[in-house]
Amino acid sequence: MFDTLSERLQSALSEVRSHGTLTEDDINKAMRQIRLALLEADVNFQVVKRFTAAVKERALGADVLESLNPGQQVVKIVDEELTALMGGAGRDLVFASSRPTVILMAGLQGSGKTTACGKLARHLREEHKKDVALAACDVYRPAAVDQLVKVGSQVGATVYEQGTGRDPIDIAEWALGRAKSEGRDVLIVDTSGRLHIDADLMKELAEIKKRTKPHNVLLVVDAMTGQDAVNVAEQFAETANFDGVVMTKLDGDARGGAALSVKAVTGKPILYASTGEKLDAFERFHPDRMAQRILGMGDVMTLVEKAEREFDEKKAEELERKIRRQEFTFDDFLDQLHQVRRMGPVSGLLKMIPGLGSQLSGLKIDDRELDRVQAIITSMTPEERANPSLLNGSRRRRIALGSGTNVSAVNQLVKQFGQMQKMMKALSQGKMPSLSQLARGR
Amino acid sequence: MPSSWNELFITGEDAPAAAEAPAEERQGFFRRLRQNLSKTREALGAELQASVFQTLDDEAWERLEETLIYADVGATTTAMIVERLETEAGSGELSGGEELTRRLTEIMAEVARPGEMTIDLRPHPTVILMVGVNGTGKTTTIGKIAWHLQRELGKSVILAAGDTYRAAAVEQLVEWSDRAGCDIVRAAHGSDPGAVAFDAIEAAKARGHDVVIVDTAGRLHTQHHLMDELTKVRRVIQKQIPDAPHETLLTIDATTGQNGLRQAMLFREAVEVSGIVLTKLDGTAKGGIALAIAQELGVPVKLIGIGESLEDLRPFDPDDFARAIIGS
Ligand SMILES: Nc1nc2c(ncn2[C@@H]2O[C@H](COP(=O)(O)OP(=O)(O)O)[C@@H](O)[C@H]2O)c(=O)[nH]1
Ligand SMILES: Nc1nc2c(ncn2[C@@H]2O[C@H](COP(=O)(O)OP(=O)(O)O)[C@@H](O)[C@H]2O)c(=O)[nH]1
Ligand SMILES: [Mg+2]
Ligand SMILES: [Mg+2]
Repeated sequence: MFDTLSERLQSALSEVRSHGTLTEDDINKAMRQIRLALLEADVNFQVVKRFTAAVKERALGADVLESLNPGQQVVKIVDEELTALMGGAGRDLVFASSRPTVILMAGLQGSGKTTACGKLARHLREEHKKDVALAACDVYRPAAVDQLVKVGSQVGATVYEQGTGRDPIDIAEWALGRAKSEGRDVLIVDTSGRLHIDADLMKELAEIKKRTKPHNVLLVVDAMTGQDAVNVAEQFAETANFDGVVMTKLDGDARGGAALSVKAVTGKPILYASTGEKLDAFERFHPDRMAQRILGMGDVMTLVEKAEREFDEKKAEELERKIRRQEFTFDDFLDQLHQVRRMGPVSGLLKMIPGLGSQLSGLKIDDRELDRVQAIITSMTPEERANPSLLNGSRRRRIALGSGTNVSAVNQLVKQFGQMQKMMKALSQGKMPSLSQLARGR
Repeated sequence: MPSSWNELFITGEDAPAAAEAPAEERQGFFRRLRQNLSKTREALGAELQASVFQTLDDEAWERLEETLIYADVGATTTAMIVERLETEAGSGELSGGEELTRRLTEIMAEVARPGEMTIDLRPHPTVILMVGVNGTGKTTTIGKIAWHLQRELGKSVILAAGDTYRAAAVEQLVEWSDRAGCDIVRAAHGSDPGAVAFDAIEAAKARGHDVVIVDTAGRLHTQHHLMDELTKVRRVIQKQIPDAPHETLLTIDATTGQNGLRQAMLFREAVEVSGIVLTKLDGTAKGGIALAIAQELGVPVKLIGIGESLEDLRPFDPDDFARAIIGS
């Protein structure tokens, strides 16, 4: 439903291609697109204003003028600026020199605190070999204590609870005492959800913090949060001076602009990403992936979903049949190219695949190359596309002219296509994974 | 347009006098909401003003746009509303800030009122299915509705504890059924939610309950298999009573940004959502995404959640909602 920002920028800056440099007017056009994309991603509008001002300043600088593809250049700047803003100098979880390390969790109602307590406990047990206990301080939400007890038992963490009859401040203090006397490595304090404008409950949170002296205070923020994220973050920062953020429900398709808003207004790093209801769906936060997601390039999750959505199953089956019968033509190739490119720029797609991003820096994957390929194929006649053996010298010259390329580019493509057909033949005789399975499969 | 309880629920009976919340109480909430909003603005240092059109200069339009964006109305619906107002202002129909503000409120209220906003309780039993993404307030809303129906309308309610997935979700609903003083059907953790709905409807028929409210586990609209499960629950209900579920309510958290539109779109595809419950409006978020949902999908808000207690539920009032968004 959202076009990618790069697509928009490409079209906003399409005329620039001919003269090849960015004027102030071009940049203003681009900034409008960026502003819109960020607002659609739920980045707070004040943050958007500041951000586009910064990007504009950089885009007006000399490095852009050398660019060959202005749209991509601007995307690159935005991506870099966004990644820098999302990451930057952050701190990690702090472990105390004497046991226990206390972690206080806070946030709005339903943001995912209790689930995150369980996930963090599991993470600390498995990755850091810590003995973790949980303190049940939500006495307001019905069955919240039950929920923590269940979550705790699933991850092998002890839960300190006193039902709902006592003051949460007292429970927190009591739990800390027990964690100390029992020699736990870590105590995670679950609290009830509270609105940032609820004076009484915010005071209660401040008091829990005072009594438990946590080494880490984490704010739990729902990735689907809109413009209000800044208010929440600012108020919680003021009351509880939190150290870091857990972004939850990132398994959905929210663009997650709240992450940028929170980081921009409080300067606090986002430490963890919660990506599902299961207690192992928890990972370290990656600023670069988040930046791409906000920009509409998605992360791996969205990539998979996109592939599922975009990949037309009927076509896949048809294609599979063609490959088996060795009827794969330039038209099919073009079709494939369109399908892949609908998901966004290929360079961006590849970057989203974990582990590949860093390896890719040396490798050049050029979307313009694909533009050229597309131009060449569309300059062929239907007969030529179906039967490449027709492509003699004069035909190739005509195609080169029609596509604005040259004969050697056409020759190269025809040669590569021939190799591809051979490879497919080999594959189809051996073990060929079903393409429709690939499209569906996770 | 229901701004009061007895307009919201169609019972086919004369409304008991107690059903009408005192006017003072209703105003109280929106006044508080507006105060919260202005506090937020001060805190933000945003140049949003108490009235968008205090001065009618070029910046006024931009300010209006920002006000709507800031309320999570979203770019598309914002552009539509601003354009409409601008056209009317341009043709000289409107003059002065006050008139513009009044007309703006009217337009927004109109957008927020796209269809049937009542809830018909005449079928026996009436089945209400509650759906939504995780943590948006389904279970809490069910408790509130049950309490209201029992206490104010004298209806006998039975709940179906259809969230058999989340830890202690059943216990949570049991607690709400105690508070509301209504019946509940529950099953073991991990059991089929369709079966729970089935049992509750059977129980309602046997025991003569007026209303069945079916709770479901939170799910993201992107989780195909879970959305299919929801469709199945609906089908089970439909098999028992052809017209049921008579009402399918989607909870949208007022703090939700543009993703709310995707939620509404995909839940509607799966279970034919008939109305929105806009929850957590007691914070500083204004729930403008509900306006986009009404505009783009034609699904109206029917109820709003304004707190965590039994009585923190209200019928949706489009005019008040519009006024709260622009802070007039
Ligand atoms: N899909 C998804 N659901 C989550 C995630 N984190 C929490 N939830 C769900 O969100 C709902 C609220 O979570 P909970 O931990 O009870 O929130 P709390 O009220 O802040 O303690 C529950 O249904 C959780 O299962 C997540 O990362 N992804
Ligand atoms: N402030 C506020 N909190 C709410 C409201 N509705 C629900 N909640 C809280 O939001 C959290 C999640 O609600 P719950 O009903 O469990 O959501 P569910 O996962 O959709 O069933 C709980 O802590 C509720 O107390 C509301 O209108 N205002
Ligand atoms: Mg909790
Ligand atoms: Mg629930």
